[in-house]
Amino acid sequence: MSSGSPLVEVGDLSKTFDVSPPWLNRVVERKPRQFVHAVDGVSFSIERGKTLALVGESGCGKSTVARLLVGLYAPTRGKVRFDGTETTEALRSGAALALRRRMQMIFQDPYASLNPRWKVADIVGEPLKEHGLVAPADGRTRGARAADLKAQVAELLRSVGLAPADAEKFPHQFSGGQRQRISIARALATQPEFLVCDEPTSALDVSVQAQVLNIMKDLQRKQGLTYLFISHNLAVVRHVSDQVGVMYLGRLVELAEKAELFARPRHPYTRMLLDAIPDIHMSGRARTPVQGEVPNPLNPPSGCTFHPRCPHANARCKAERPALLQIKGVQVACHAVEEGRI
Amino acid sequence: MTAALLEVRNLRVEFPTRHATLVALDDVSFEIAPGEILGVVGESGAGKSLTGAAIIGLLDPPGRIAAGEIRFDGRRIDNLPYEAMRKIRGRHIGAIFQDPLTSLNPLYTVGRQLVETIQTHLAVGADEARRRAIKLLQETGIPAAEQRIDQFPHQFSGGMRQRVVIALALAAEPKLIVADEPTTALDVSIQAQIISLLKRLCKEHGAAVMLVTHDMGVIAETCDRVAVMYAGRIAEIGPVHDVIHSPAHPYTVGLMGSIPAMDEDRERLLQIDGAMPRLTAIPSGCAFHPRCPKAFGRCHVERPNLMAAQATQAACWLHAADMKAAA
Repeated sequence: MSSGSPLVEVGDLSKTFDVSPPWLNRVVERKPRQFVHAVDGVSFSIERGKTLALVGESGCGKSTVARLLVGLYAPTRGKVRFDGTETTEALRSGAALALRRRMQMIFQDPYASLNPRWKVADIVGEPLKEHGLVAPADGRTRGARAADLKAQVAELLRSVGLAPADAEKFPHQFSGGQRQRISIARALATQPEFLVCDEPTSALDVSVQAQVLNIMKDLQRKQGLTYLFISHNLAVVRHVSDQVGVMYLGRLVELAEKAELFARPRHPYTRMLLDAIPDIHMSGRARTPVQGEVPNPLNPPSGCTFHPRCPHANARCKAERPALLQIKGVQVACHAVEEGRI
Repeated sequence: MTAALLEVRNLRVEFPTRHATLVALDDVSFEIAPGEILGVVGESGAGKSLTGAAIIGLLDPPGRIAAGEIRFDGRRIDNLPYEAMRKIRGRHIGAIFQDPLTSLNPLYTVGRQLVETIQTHLAVGADEARRRAIKLLQETGIPAAEQRIDQFPHQFSGGMRQRVVIALALAAEPKLIVADEPTTALDVSIQAQIISLLKRLCKEHGAAVMLVTHDMGVIAETCDRVAVMYAGRIAEIGPVHDVIHSPAHPYTVGLMGSIPAMDEDRERLLQIDGAMPRLTAIPSGCAFHPRCPKAFGRCHVERPNLMAAQATQAACWLHAADMKAAA
């Protein structure tokens, strides 16, 4: 294992969706073609065994990044490298199965991501069969293979805190938190190195969320998993991540080590997000009220897309789009920070 | 102490089904003083939304109030006929629901909905009603209210729609507003705006609020007192500060510990094992005992009522007078 190079490297990743009206409307009503730049030039890397969290509000493109990484979308531009291999090409070639085995995804809604007609044994066992991970057929009987499959499923269920007997049940017999554990067991079936978790706990109650987050941390420690963790909840992000990337309208505006980001947020948007979190302990922390709303991504503002909501915006921010620069150990895309104005 | 604006006594809500009668709310009692903000917090299925629905008289059949009473301003409202309740709802008790898109009529302009509400409840002319509607929209922070009043709900963003819904709830100057998860569908930055707006407007209009939410952070920011619900009963009720900083009920302790904190690092979150029981299988005794780390013999057989515990009231045998005497 080469410990020096990051497991996942993303360079200038972009995804544009065509949301144009149908051809006839364009011709008759003279409507133009329209594109949404869901992800626009995002670059980051994740070290082995670490967790990178992406945060942002609805529509900032964080889920699109997740889907691009596992190959559910093809990028419009840019590259994803996984352990040195470029995934876009590899996923089209014969090596796709081997690559998919190494990265798996956990989805947000545990009610929609499990087939209601399948038993848990089939749900968790499917990736094992698909990737040929059930004991090889060299001279063994079908019965032995079935027994091996059953044992593996039981072990997976045990690793996420469910009972082996649960394998014979259907998803509707479980609560939301238990279903999310089944999703995790399914994702772990192929012994992946990299898990993409798209809001894995946002559909869950807090006490159940704590159970799922604890399981995810335990698994990371035991199996050395690498996570990309997508969330809109900064408190959860603070709990699970090593590095945090803040996204706004398809771009990364700040990328920093967790401790640094929460102690000294640089970008005005990051500061605003931190200020917006309700203060449970009522410490009397001073908070600036948040201004404005996320603009329409179809027609984003010029220059820095955050400038209409930013208290530090000047003429340069309205005209020129800031690049993600390395400033005092963190990466931040802001003219005001670069010029030392804030 | 001043007379309570809303008084709920031993409320029990049942859902008769073919197999059995499910008890969704059992022996729920609390009161709200004029101008007070009471938070009701709990996980899915705890019965918090149902409590709100029972108060505004919008329980979905076959759900029904089986026992107990609800008094508003000294008058019983739980047994009123539909039409009489309709006059109270909106006029004296406003409601804000979770999803602002489904609580506005997509076919009517925002102004028409506001004017209709104002004219239904107050004896004012059309011009006066429209003037008031514009003023309400301005108060809720909608820019260019004069123009936007003639727009349809789909032309508003999620946060703006929730502002319209708040304007609607305040339209007839009610004394109580039942807000059921008003910020759950919104992003954090918008949530902060809506919460501070709700808080400010209710203060200005002198309205009391029953704020139902699952988010302890929102409760901490907004409320004076909080009721923690579990499996259809109130587990703990008391001033927000005390419930958050020195919770008395083991469930509240677990709930607070499972929230990732912003100001301390913990390797693991405190977790409550198991899940909320289903209505068909509420455990005997204290409903929380199978998940409770401190459960003892009495918890399995006897159901605790709310009793004084430190600064709050908790339904937990740990705080029984004879327990304290023994300790």
